Amino acid sequence: MSTFLATNDTIPIAIDMRDIVKRFPGGVVANDGISLTVRQGEIHALLGENGAGKTTLMNILFGIHAPDQGSIMVGGQPVAYSGPRQAVDAGLGMVHQHFMLIPRFTVTENVILGSEGDASILDRDDASRRVADLARQYGFNVDPEAKLGDLPVGAQQRVEILRALYQGSRVLILDEPTALLTPQEVEDLYAVLKRLKQDGGTIIFITHKLREIAAISDRVTVIRRGKTVGTRITAETTSAELAELMVGREVLLQVDRTPGIPGETVLSGANLVVLGHHGRKLLDIDHIELKRGEILGVCGVEGNGQSPLVEVLSGIHNPDHGIVMLKGNDVTGANPNTFRRHGLSYIPEDRHNRGLVLDFSLWENVLLGNAWHEPFTSGGRVNRDRTRQITASLMQDYDVRATDPDTPARTLSGGNQQKLIIAREMYRDPDVLLAIQPTRGLDVGAIEFVHRQIINARDKGKAVMVLSFDLDEVLDLSDRLVVLYQGRIVGSYQAGQVSRTELGLLMGGRSIDA
Amino acid sequence: MLNIVGPVLAVVAALLVGAGIMLISGQDPVVAYTALLDGAFNGKRAIGETLIYTSPLLLGGLAFAIAYRASLFNIGIEGQLVIGGLAAGLVGATELGLPAVLHLPLALIAAAVAGGVWGAIPGALRAFTGAHEVITTIMMNYLAFRLVNYTIQKLGDWLPVNNQFQATEKVLPSAELPNILEGTRLHAGILVALASALLLWYLLFRTSFGFKVRTVGLSRGAADYSGISWRGIFVLTMAISGVLAGLAGAGEALGLHGRHFAVPPGYGFTAIAVGLVGRNHPIAIIPSALLFGALSAGAPAMQDEANVSKEIVLVVQGLVILAVAAFAAANRIPGLRRLATPRMST
Repeated sequence: MSTFLATNDTIPIAIDMRDIVKRFPGGVVANDGISLTVRQGEIHALLGENGAGKTTLMNILFGIHAPDQGSIMVGGQPVAYSGPRQAVDAGLGMVHQHFMLIPRFTVTENVILGSEGDASILDRDDASRRVADLARQYGFNVDPEAKLGDLPVGAQQRVEILRALYQGSRVLILDEPTALLTPQEVEDLYAVLKRLKQDGGTIIFITHKLREIAAISDRVTVIRRGKTVGTRITAETTSAELAELMVGREVLLQVDRTPGIPGETVLSGANLVVLGHHGRKLLDIDHIELKRGEILGVCGVEGNGQSPLVEVLSGIHNPDHGIVMLKGNDVTGANPNTFRRHGLSYIPEDRHNRGLVLDFSLWENVLLGNAWHEPFTSGGRVNRDRTRQITASLMQDYDVRATDPDTPARTLSGGNQQKLIIAREMYRDPDVLLAIQPTRGLDVGAIEFVHRQIINARDKGKAVMVLSFDLDEVLDLSDRLVVLYQGRIVGSYQAGQVSRTELGLLMGGRSIDA
Repeated sequence: MLNIVGPVLAVVAALLVGAGIMLISGQDPVVAYTALLDGAFNGKRAIGETLIYTSPLLLGGLAFAIAYRASLFNIGIEGQLVIGGLAAGLVGATELGLPAVLHLPLALIAAAVAGGVWGAIPGALRAFTGAHEVITTIMMNYLAFRLVNYTIQKLGDWLPVNNQFQATEKVLPSAELPNILEGTRLHAGILVALASALLLWYLLFRTSFGFKVRTVGLSRGAADYSGISWRGIFVLTMAISGVLAGLAGAGEALGLHGRHFAVPPGYGFTAIAVGLVGRNHPIAIIPSALLFGALSAGAPAMQDEANVSKEIVLVVQGLVILAVAAFAAANRIPGLRRLATPRMST
């Protein structure tokens, strides 16, 4: 089917973007002559690393940005819009990575938002009926009267899609639509997209995940550094080829690793409870332990107790109940420095607001968390030259690309920032390494490096915990897995003893037998 | 060194706009600025006057800067200054039978402690209750002014105050900040201020305490992550801020006037501008304080010789603040960034 589509030139062209150039103030060239042709009725994936220019290109197509150069044809007609309104009129719809919905409105109110018309009185019943009809037509399972904020993320996304359809979109643009979904919700989304396609709709699907390309797309266009590097028929390409196109060199997609050899327990928590407002339990786990030479993977959908777990295990927050033991010491209620002194290192989820001070130089960032002991400080005085030397050698060892240790951290790419954090955290030669979302927002090359470092740490006998919202990352790295759901551990497995599907069910709050 | 281009351009721009205003009102800006410069720098006496104004502004600017480095906006410098001045005045006017080597330091310490406590209170309120320091420091200012008035008017039976002068009694010779330039009124307060600037620079940029302050100021999240108690830093930086402001008050009481007067001098507010123009960098605040000191010292001469109202100096000061703010804002606009350079670090 897809091969037929792609090779049959009689299929009309839905979108034709030619030589699009977009420069942003400050000289960033986001799009540097990108061309994209999407045929009617196909699912076309737009693949590229973070910062490659995918979202910019789609924002141009949707009228949010005006291109500096290039031409756009929609359904064979040249267009030049001054805003998204005209793009909608031309039959385009866009589902952004962060939903543009109002949580306190009902589904119907959200769907008709922007197309409520000029009539002074809104016919809510009529609108509600039309939304319900549309939902039924596409097999969407949403209650038109439900308050949006009460719905799970997957359902909210369907509301976004519904809104686009309601506005009459024939071409749907989805920006990283799977980023916040559980595996099951992803399957549901795929089903919706296939249905739309059968109905003659055209879909442009932005992603940087290779797995998704194979699962859903007919064709794929790869973008690298603002340029189109190629368009392939999905059925006729491989993940390896796409990765190479995306990164510009050969990439190891599968992490190369041997099974871990678990040793003694180094960090453990028992009966950990963290209470939120109104006494709700944000975290409630009986037992968790990290062993030498083993990577414990923590999977789960964002917001299911990950932050409290990490904060308790790193000393940032005290648990309301329970005990944390680190190398035989009761460190419950101690501050992060005590945890560090006892051998904990921690790669935080948020590079910009936790892991680094962006306005500090690299060497000052190396001082973070290290500023209380030799060789970084002595007698309350910062050893600047020594810290600079250490930073310089860390930059070399961990391939942090920057001119010198005095460079402000802000000017580094995300990958280099993360490498600096890893370098700093590994410099202390820790016993425990907590790696939280260690590759979020990084490109494929940097991901490969970070994964290598994590496995090296384990092979050196450190106890490692990897927490990620990317199930594939957890599966790739872990020797042992736990699933967090609503603050509780709802499953614990050795690697290889549980399938992706089973984990997905647990992450969504269902049990495996069901 | 490029870092100073922004503020210098801002000052030049402010002077030009000030000149424009004089032209509009039919006055000759060249004559006026010449008189201003004369009044501020021509001759020993003029320089002495400039430095007299510079010392409280420098200490005040430093007080603002240390709090600002921890992301706190201390508008309470004026209150901390008068409380410090009152403490210095009272200790200085009390006959303790001490020699100058003990009496003067004691009076300075009293000012530092009083100012420090006055600063630490809003710091603690912010740290532990979240009450915003902009509000609480303003409230503390009024408390300070009233406390000074009350002390001077009502506590004459117990303390060395003089209700007629609306001031404390004359500071004893053993507690006076000595004159350091013959033929002028210049006292050793300027040395205290300069030493404080150097010390504060060292503290901020060479010690791990300073590193903590700057970390808290730039990223509370990173402070949590690296185990820095931002609450403690809030209290300590506000206390240090108050100490510096208190010393500014002590300089006025022990050096310039020989007593503490009940009328607040207003340096605490100009000090905010001094700190901002100096980019909250202790060394850069020295020329910034000198600039504001010179403007203040030269204003009367400008009025006398060029017949330009000395209030025009306030206009120029205001314009300097506006221009510096404008340059800081321009920083965020990429195209203008090279013109208005971003940061002043170590």
